[in-house]
Amino acid sequence: MTARAAITGMGILAPNGIGHEAYWRATLAGTGGIGEITRFDATQYPSRLAGVIHDFDPASYLPSRLIVQTDLWSQFALAATAMALDDAGVDLASVPEFEFGVVTASSSGGNEFGQREIQKLWSRGPHFVGAYQSIAWFYAATTGQISIRHGARGACGVMVSEQASGLDALGQARRAIRSEARVVVSGGTEAPLSPYALVCQLASGRLSDSADPEHCYLPFDAAARGHVPGEGGAILIVEDVAAATAREARIYAEIAGYAAGFDPQPGGGHSPSLARTITLALADAGIPPQDVDVVFADAAAVPWLDRSEAAAIETVFGPHAVPVTAPKTMVGRLYAGGAPLDVATALLAIRDGVIPPTAGVGELGDGYQIDLVRGDARTARLRTALVIARGFGGFNAALLVRATD
Amino acid sequence: MRARTAVITGIGVTAPGGVGAKAFWDLLTAGRTATRPISLFDASGFRSRIAAECDFVAEHAGLSATEQGRLDRVSQFAVACTREAMADCALDFGASPPERIGVVIGSAVGCTMRLEEQYVTVSGHGRDWLPDAGMGCPALYEYLVPSSIAAEVARRCGAAGPVSLISTGCTSGLDSIGHGAQLISEGSADVVIAGAADAPISPITSACFDAIKATSPNNDDPQHASRPFDNRRDGFVLAEGAAVLVLEEAESARRRGADIYGEIRGFASRANAFHMTGLRPDGREMAEAIRVAIERARVNADDIGYVNAHGSGTRQNDRHETAAVKRSLGEHAYRVSVSSIKSMVGHSLGAIGAIEIAACALVLRHQVIPPTANLEVPDPECDLDYVPVTARELAVDVVLSVGSGFGGFQSAMILTRPTAPR
Repeated sequence: MTARAAITGMGILAPNGIGHEAYWRATLAGTGGIGEITRFDATQYPSRLAGVIHDFDPASYLPSRLIVQTDLWSQFALAATAMALDDAGVDLASVPEFEFGVVTASSSGGNEFGQREIQKLWSRGPHFVGAYQSIAWFYAATTGQISIRHGARGACGVMVSEQASGLDALGQARRAIRSEARVVVSGGTEAPLSPYALVCQLASGRLSDSADPEHCYLPFDAAARGHVPGEGGAILIVEDVAAATAREARIYAEIAGYAAGFDPQPGGGHSPSLARTITLALADAGIPPQDVDVVFADAAAVPWLDRSEAAAIETVFGPHAVPVTAPKTMVGRLYAGGAPLDVATALLAIRDGVIPPTAGVGELGDGYQIDLVRGDARTARLRTALVIARGFGGFNAALLVRATD
Repeated sequence: MRARTAVITGIGVTAPGGVGAKAFWDLLTAGRTATRPISLFDASGFRSRIAAECDFVAEHAGLSATEQGRLDRVSQFAVACTREAMADCALDFGASPPERIGVVIGSAVGCTMRLEEQYVTVSGHGRDWLPDAGMGCPALYEYLVPSSIAAEVARRCGAAGPVSLISTGCTSGLDSIGHGAQLISEGSADVVIAGAADAPISPITSACFDAIKATSPNNDDPQHASRPFDNRRDGFVLAEGAAVLVLEEAESARRRGADIYGEIRGFASRANAFHMTGLRPDGREMAEAIRVAIERARVNADDIGYVNAHGSGTRQNDRHETAAVKRSLGEHAYRVSVSSIKSMVGHSLGAIGAIEIAACALVLRHQVIPPTANLEVPDPECDLDYVPVTARELAVDVVLSVGSGFGGFQSAMILTRPTAPR
């Protein structure tokens, strides 16, 4: 029989809260973490708002020798991993070394670290590039550092598909559980708020130029005008259900279904593959659409992307048939960290029977037939949640989490 | 139900010393080296000023001027290889259901060349910490996210199934092909374009390997600078390139009468959880990856006729790997032919794992083993048969390819000659 994959631990670093309980309280209250970018002087740029984590001190999680050889993106992940392992309460010494793996999502790598070293190279010369550039900037740095810090010698991976990466990483973690692993550290983080990374994001044409922190990221809204970036993410502990049950672990939910797809003709105004991806994930989980209690939307806040996502949800579930929410409006798009944070949020929603709101969104655009949860959090009996994520360029993925009781 | 397996039906290679799979194979079997002084940028201030560069002509790969302007060199390589592999496999992609086509591309450093070039432009040659947003090119975001490489490939082959980029440093290529085979075996796709690409011959990448003295400083004799398993080796030679394979589900490939290079039979990866760049000499985790790959392939270790080594030409790698092969293959380690094509085409980071699988597929096809060039004074600690200098004709049914990289990742893959129709 194929092993089933459960999520037994989470570590959250979000602009509106560090640690999952602080994050969850803020999110249910509709308290956002979006404000002016403070990591550098962004006043000259057309987009200056972001989800910023203000009170993260890497020294309270990591030894100094590790801080100097990592970018903030990896520091977020290492801190979140420590929280998640603690939350899961798993005794790693009891896990066979080759059955403990790490699969993280990555999107843009060690941005600030890389910019600093390129700056040194071009302003001062090649000999000024530091020894840690070779291990801090590249996309595999986070997985490698987590593996080393926690002794994970099993299969390791790094999935890269922009905002869809996080679901692809969790899908890959589930594959590992099914075939060989007992525990996999998964999820992802992002640190996109360095000057060059922001300039690169501006070129995507998808950043909001709004100056109003409460209303700058408005998916499905008539006033949708792009997203704001955010930093942080979530690390999740994926564990074999049988092993988790045997150690009497608290199981948040099972990863019940997953699928991924691609739109080879981007920008066409409709996304035939997203509805299919959702349908494949449902089939993978072996459940009908009506069993899904809540949908966490990708929520691009770019009108054509919102239209295509709403159309996919309406196609699979019917008009107004399932509550849809996007609490990411409170923190921004976290790229590699975004979908893992959505999954963690879905797990907390299932735990407490409450759907957090899509803060800030007022009137939906014309023709949307989705039940978008706005205003206050909504109480509901929740057992199964669908998380949708899409990556720039045509990537999409869907993941279902389901309570195991 | 019969287990689904993945077979290789098409190959595209852009490698130093010759573009296209045929030129690549000619280079390998002749034992020629493609390492030379760096021409892609002015390397005069650098410790290592040599590399294995591709003589890549974008027009010959069918790329328009607009595409050349928009795509980083790494994406151009990936697209060129995809085109070649699609033609080679003779599958009618237009007649294949798009949702059953997947793409998995590996890359260690993504679009680093354009990211650096653009930074030089927007920062006034590294003068301004706050770059000028108005100076950047429209494709800048595609350079920031290396997933753009996989997206570009997916558009070329019309894939609407699972598409991803895998970035596990120097094992990216092996891991991508392993993942592609997994998509087929689990039933998520019937056809997967799988491979890897890297184009890292740029100031920042060269400088960061200079800083840790990982690359060879043998600037006066570039042709002999990549010397895996040779006692005089002094580091790896940085390279660029790409390889893309068409993987198909075995039964459907046989039904359409595809010309099959080989089967991907087993894959495993492990991590050493030891050091981002360091390796312990015992080769324990790589040996475990090899052991599991063999087990999954349901072959005997003694049946392996060729080991395509990671063979990067650093002292610690060569000894680590030699120990791992002995640990996993036992006495057979001393009988099997082992070689490193990095001696000829250098180390193209994430791409090389896919280039090496392309080489393995050609080994199975042609029954010739490429040599380890420049191996003249063996390291006494490396005492296996590394096929020095000259290619070797040999009957080979089972091939093992291994990779090792930053982050401590170790991967192993078993390929076999195509079996007779069942």
